[in-house]
Amino acid sequence: MANGNYKTIMKDGLWDNNGVFSMLLGMCPSMAMTTSATNGFGMGLATAVVMAASSYLVAVFRNRITTEVRIPVYILIVAAMVTVVDLGMNAWMHELYKVLGLFIPLIVSNCLPLARLEAFAAKQPPLPAFLDGLFMGLGFTIALTVIGAVREIIGSGTLFADASLLLGPSFKAIELRLLPADMGVLMMILPPGGFIVTGLLVVGKRLLDVRAGKEIQMAGAHAV
Amino acid sequence: MTTSQSLPDVPVASQAKMFKHGLILGLFCLGFGLLLAITDEVTLDDIAARAIEDKQNSLSQVLPDELHDNNPVTDTLTLVNAEGKELTVFRARKNGKVTGVAYEIFGSGYAGEMKLMMGIDADGKLLGVRVLAHKETPGLGDKIEAKKGPWIERFTGLSVGNPPIERWKVKKDGGDFDQFAGATITPRAVLKAIRGGLEFFAENKTALTKGD
Repeated sequence: MANGNYKTIMKDGLWDNNGVFSMLLGMCPSMAMTTSATNGFGMGLATAVVMAASSYLVAVFRNRITTEVRIPVYILIVAAMVTVVDLGMNAWMHELYKVLGLFIPLIVSNCLPLARLEAFAAKQPPLPAFLDGLFMGLGFTIALTVIGAVREIIGSGTLFADASLLLGPSFKAIELRLLPADMGVLMMILPPGGFIVTGLLVVGKRLLDVRAGKEIQMAGAHAV
Repeated sequence: MTTSQSLPDVPVASQAKMFKHGLILGLFCLGFGLLLAITDEVTLDDIAARAIEDKQNSLSQVLPDELHDNNPVTDTLTLVNAEGKELTVFRARKNGKVTGVAYEIFGSGYAGEMKLMMGIDADGKLLGVRVLAHKETPGLGDKIEAKKGPWIERFTGLSVGNPPIERWKVKKDGGDFDQFAGATITPRAVLKAIRGGLEFFAENKTALTKGD
């Protein structure tokens, strides 16, 4: 792939082909982990690391992996990367691990990494594949943070609560209380809120795309 | 399709192919298995150290420093509780004498099991209760966490008789303790767990405080 296309890869991952808002992949963590902006952000970042690493590895071995065994090999690679991240975070980023620990193993069951391995990394050299994994992961992070922010503001009246637990004490300043504690609409942090907010944000993104005169990417077009 | 009975029907060429795919899959498993083994080896000591630090942190919240000159994490005693479950008791000592003990208590909350750590001094007075793990609703039931609200600190200094054991309930049930708006099951479960912990102390007082 030519160098000029790196920009397309980035734009694709972050906006045009966004994993959550365009392809509607990875819905399980998108709903489950977005009760606050901080949770969504942390889950997204962990996913991005796993996606970048597994896309790179699949691209390196793309000529060795035969079509017949590709799916088990992809799952093996994603699962191995998740385990490495899980152990590494437990040992060296323990505070972060205590917040996200439960959800890291769930990355294996997220179909977004698998979809990108099949649709992109399996056919591309390591560098573009790495970038695709990274930016798809970052797009996922943005989507989860936005969903989390909307749910948190309406549901609990705060924004980026506990961000200092995740990012360190210097981020205490971004923890905001926007509404009084008893004004939160509980439903927004319960499961129905996840569906409602995600649905409305998908609509919102498409309205923006239509206004910009872009052709709408069909949901599921890249799904495995 | 890979059972030995079906093999004779498969042409030789595709048998060779199957072998090749199996070999590739096997090599990947071996390679990544090795990677995981190395990662495990590298992180093993650090993870064990973090687990001990976590235990120390949760213990130091329910066993005040001035109460002991030993390390309660390593000074343990195993007893069997009323449900027949083994319970590890951490002991705080000063000059060899047991000044307080801490142990985990369990409750059945709104959305699953909750695990708490309870500290109690040699006279049966609560030194503190902290929630270690729970699955309660964020924004409602999670006010039992010390960092989300002062509710759990209310128990420090109380004991059986202060208030009387029948008043160790939420106000809705005729007790002395606040429930949360929209969440009664969670504080009720915490109170039940604490009552269980107090009873465990009363039943095993001699074993807990004799210090050997």
